[in-house]
Amino acid sequence: MSVRTEEMVLNMGPQHPSTHGVLRLELTLDGEIITKVVPHIGYLHRCFEKHCEVMSYPQVIPYTDRMDYLAAMGNELGYVIGVEKLLRIQVPERVEYIRVIMAELQRIASHLVAIGTYGADIGAFTPFLYCFRDRERILNLFEITCGARLLYNYIWVGGLSHDLHPDFVRLTKEFIKEFKPNLRELNNLLTYNKIFIDRTANVGILPLETAINFGVTGPMLRASGLKWDLRKDDTYSVYNKFDFDIPIGEGKMGTVGDSWDRYYVRVLEMEESLKIIEQAIETLPDGDVTSAIPKKIKPPVGHVYSRVENPRGELGYFIISDGSTSPFRVKVRAPSFVNLQIMDELCRGHLVADVIAILGSVDIVLGEVDR
Amino acid sequence: MIYDFLNDLTGSPFIAGTITALLPLFAFILPFALFAVLLERKVAGHMQDRLGPMRVGYHGILQTVADIIKLIQKEDIIARNNDKLLFNIAPVLTFAGSYAAFAAIPFSSVFLGANIDLGIFYIIAVTGLVVAGILMAGWASNNKYSLLGAMRSAAQIISYEIPTILVVLSIVMLTGTMSLYDLSESQTSYFWNWYLLGGPEFEIQKFLLIPFMLIGFLIIYISTLAEVNRTPFDIPEAESELVSGYHTEYSGMKFAMFFLAEYANMFAVSAIVVALFLGGYQSPFGYLGNLLNINWLIPLEQFFWFTFKGIFFVFVQMWLRWTLPRLRVDQLMAASWKYLIPIAFFNLLIIGIISIL
Repeated sequence: MSVRTEEMVLNMGPQHPSTHGVLRLELTLDGEIITKVVPHIGYLHRCFEKHCEVMSYPQVIPYTDRMDYLAAMGNELGYVIGVEKLLRIQVPERVEYIRVIMAELQRIASHLVAIGTYGADIGAFTPFLYCFRDRERILNLFEITCGARLLYNYIWVGGLSHDLHPDFVRLTKEFIKEFKPNLRELNNLLTYNKIFIDRTANVGILPLETAINFGVTGPMLRASGLKWDLRKDDTYSVYNKFDFDIPIGEGKMGTVGDSWDRYYVRVLEMEESLKIIEQAIETLPDGDVTSAIPKKIKPPVGHVYSRVENPRGELGYFIISDGSTSPFRVKVRAPSFVNLQIMDELCRGHLVADVIAILGSVDIVLGEVDR
Repeated sequence: MIYDFLNDLTGSPFIAGTITALLPLFAFILPFALFAVLLERKVAGHMQDRLGPMRVGYHGILQTVADIIKLIQKEDIIARNNDKLLFNIAPVLTFAGSYAAFAAIPFSSVFLGANIDLGIFYIIAVTGLVVAGILMAGWASNNKYSLLGAMRSAAQIISYEIPTILVVLSIVMLTGTMSLYDLSESQTSYFWNWYLLGGPEFEIQKFLLIPFMLIGFLIIYISTLAEVNRTPFDIPEAESELVSGYHTEYSGMKFAMFFLAEYANMFAVSAIVVALFLGGYQSPFGYLGNLLNINWLIPLEQFFWFTFKGIFFVFVQMWLRWTLPRLRVDQLMAASWKYLIPIAFFNLLIIGIISIL
């Protein structure tokens, strides 16, 4: 005799402590086993792309900040590179170096949030605060540079809003020196914790083929074993001048492409970012950061696709210019949005507790998913 | 003990009974909860590189008092679709379960609610009421998260009671008594007489027993941790998954009851571990009262040592909570059924063999 069990539908979110914002996951459960996950998005939709059509090119920059609000520098960089391509202008060397430093600091800050909240999702609350302590110092660096801590409007078309603060180089070196032991401490506390490994290794395995088919990018793709990083493979700004590695998932604790790999790739990427920052600071050229800023931004008719490696993956801007002062269309390829699709594929057959572990390892920012 | 004394004093069993029943609540549980909640927040704060509560009183020592005042003032929310009767009974039952355990906990040779012959048995039985309370809370809340939390909790507490009982059984087998008072008395006042170190009898078997006693101690500590739903076993109230499990829907004083029960329970299980393995209320280094020939000092010293040891283990629970992540529900079950229970069984067997040598 077969016993029929009834499936239960559980709404996770939008008000739930670990959906990382206002995401609603509709879980279909058989007991505690997941049979289906449907993500419902749109709670944070702010019409970014439509707004762009009525704003002048520089006015869009603060709006890009508000997409992936944990990696605002990266968003600005991608947009600005696109507009500069349309305008066909060259920016001074110093500007490029500072942009790279900022983007990499931002990557560390963003990964710290990803790792910290991931720990909190798994139940370890202390690493979360350790991560935020270090992130705070990066935010302080941003604050002395441009006055803002989260949404900067710092990288402008053709230049930067401010030059570096005289103390910036010294403070950044201090930060790097103190951050390295903190990272080791984090590894001891969380990364190599037996319970943490049990919870994340072999959970939510993402095979490389599936990852490519779904268009997954960023640390998630690299964790599945492909060395694909736009900073190297489609280089932009001055990334080709620095020496750094691209960490990939090796299945050290389980299978290649499991949640632990996705987590660990982020930890390793922070170390690589530190390398880039160190090199950039050592070789920082002199110059004027505002000299190349055009008086009037009116690109010729045409279109451009610019993409950068944001902490969460490939962030692309497709900008169409009709020759006026505001873009005709700005389409954003948001990495979180694309990566989120994989949830159903990853979660099926796992337990409710694993949904949290998987969602945390996908690392989405709802501001970017909904735009 | 206290009851007999009060009965002689007042001549009325009713007054004596009432006072004896209320004594642990007002003399111990409430002050302890006040202290423990603050301790938890301070321990958490300092472990996480922050200060914890600092505003109310010196270094925030009055924070819990302020919290309780806030909780009392809060609206008592009962949602329309809750099962009102069960919803109201559940916190009381949960608290009653952990409160009743205090009747048999020997704080000192004098401060002991009731010297029951089946003391340890009674405690294990009566703390089982907590499960019923949690299940009721989860069911009556009419909330899927609460229900999942309650189900997990019931499964967890029941599975982890088995290793606890097996370890308790090994001590009971060794000593031939279930009375916590007798157990504490037998581990007379030096630490080498503790059952953790083989018990009071100086023979060859004492030394054979030591490693197995250590194993037993570890098993009972781990499983009691699971029984009170503390990290790494805090799955029933897993914040990041189930919001806060079975007490998601509770507010105000009912929520405070669950909270109080949790802290009372933390001490109760620590007290069991202390009474069984760490000499109960006995001082590890002899008594000052004996040295100075002041008899009334001894019970006070005993009370101090018992609470000290108990609070030390509560502190370890907090320490673990702010260090470790949380297990998954199937891993939790595996830990109990695949590891703790077989080990506890073998431990019981070996201790049995050694004791008849």
